[in-house]
Amino acid sequence: MEKHYADSQTKGVSTGTTILAVTFDGGVIIGSDSRASIGGEYVSSKTINKLIQLHDQIFCCIAGSLADAQAITKAAKFHLSFHSVQMENPPLVMAAASVLKELCYKNKEELQAGFITAGWDRKKGPQVYVVSLGGMLISQPFTIAGSGSTFIYGYTDAKYKPNMTREECQQFAINALTLAMGRDNVSGGVVHLVVITEKGVEHVVVPGDKLPKFHDE
Amino acid sequence: MATLSVCRPPVGGFSFENCKRNAVLENEVSKLGCNLPAARKTGTTICGVVFKDGIVLGADTRATEGMVVADKNCSKIHYISPNIYCCGAGTAADTEMTTQIISSNLELHSLSTGRLPRVATANRMLKQMLFRYQGYIGAALVLGGVDCMGPHLYSIYPHGSTDKLPYVTMGSGSLAAMAVFEDRYKPDMEEEEAKQLVRDAIAAGIFNDLGSGSNVDLCVIMKGKVDYLRPHDEANKKGVRTGEYKYKRGTTGVLSKTVTPLDLDVVEETVQTMDTS
Repeated sequence: MEKHYADSQTKGVSTGTTILAVTFDGGVIIGSDSRASIGGEYVSSKTINKLIQLHDQIFCCIAGSLADAQAITKAAKFHLSFHSVQMENPPLVMAAASVLKELCYKNKEELQAGFITAGWDRKKGPQVYVVSLGGMLISQPFTIAGSGSTFIYGYTDAKYKPNMTREECQQFAINALTLAMGRDNVSGGVVHLVVITEKGVEHVVVPGDKLPKFHDE
Repeated sequence: MATLSVCRPPVGGFSFENCKRNAVLENEVSKLGCNLPAARKTGTTICGVVFKDGIVLGADTRATEGMVVADKNCSKIHYISPNIYCCGAGTAADTEMTTQIISSNLELHSLSTGRLPRVATANRMLKQMLFRYQGYIGAALVLGGVDCMGPHLYSIYPHGSTDKLPYVTMGSGSLAAMAVFEDRYKPDMEEEEAKQLVRDAIAAGIFNDLGSGSNVDLCVIMKGKVDYLRPHDEANKKGVRTGEYKYKRGTTGVLSKTVTPLDLDVVEETVQTMDTS
């Protein structure tokens, strides 16, 4: 899905990346690596945070051109806060994903950014939506995206179980990101995780030396 | 009766069709063997670092036009507001004009709010403008300043993405300068230590990158005080000639001499007053 943009030329600084979101029993975990690169040759930032907070309990993670992603998320954040004031209720995760989808679809010629939106709302509980490059929006129980995701499709398909506990899900996410960062040159740095539940939001950062080792010489 | 094609309603925003046409023309011209004139770039080393009390910005002073040095001592650290300065790499005209435009807008904004401008405001204005032009404005900037919330340092890329970091480098010599930073950066440095680090990072760019050269300019910004040190370090002084290359009078022998006076008469005399006030 995202492999098309990984092969084509992205403009400027890009987040050649690994991002994922997984639902568990009672919440959702959204995670990413922390590397931004230019042309696949130079790491322009080792510590960029790709998990953007769109609203109190809705986060999105970004892939593709960093300039486009930053512009879109800022516009989406404004849209959502305005929408939630009008509705007098916190926005639905579907609403956040739709806002991103509208921006991506209407400007698909000019933009080169994809998103995974995850969050918790009172209507449907924990949800994950993926908005791809051209503006497709679909809901999935878990999803991976970014250039590094191609290396972990097998792992995630094999290891995902519905209704995991929070600890199992956190370990699953950390393992998946570590494996992708180990094989993809444009993903790396630290692992950022955000755990979103009914009670609130918790940010977990796992630095490089605390990541699990898989037959690393 | 159905229409054969759907008329696309006029889309807002800029049209970059001419940029694509220019790229095609440039390709065709280069096939004939000639080159279109290159814009003057500041193939450059610029960098910035956050220290205990503020920000140190540094830049080299060489401006290149293709493979020729156009300006040996140009100023790459631009004024944005009394507490915010910005170094520019990329196309010289683009960095000049972009920083001047944002400086004007920021002054109006500051008069309107009645407060000293914040670095985040300058960052937001610059990134929104550069994103609107989709990277065709070739300005890569290092923006630094001290405001009511403390010292802040941003790097801004031509396509409009920004990074807020404790140390940044940009330009063709950025890799050399970043190597120095990665080795010696520490959080909460003293002013002299930070100035020395930035000077060494720019020197690394000057001596290892063809696009950077000449002197090191520094700008130290602290709360209520700005030191604009231009030049801070003359790393490349022009050499002194050791020999005398002039020939003595009489070295060339005179064979013959002819003097022809020209008879000129004054025909007309007019006086035109100039308003020199």
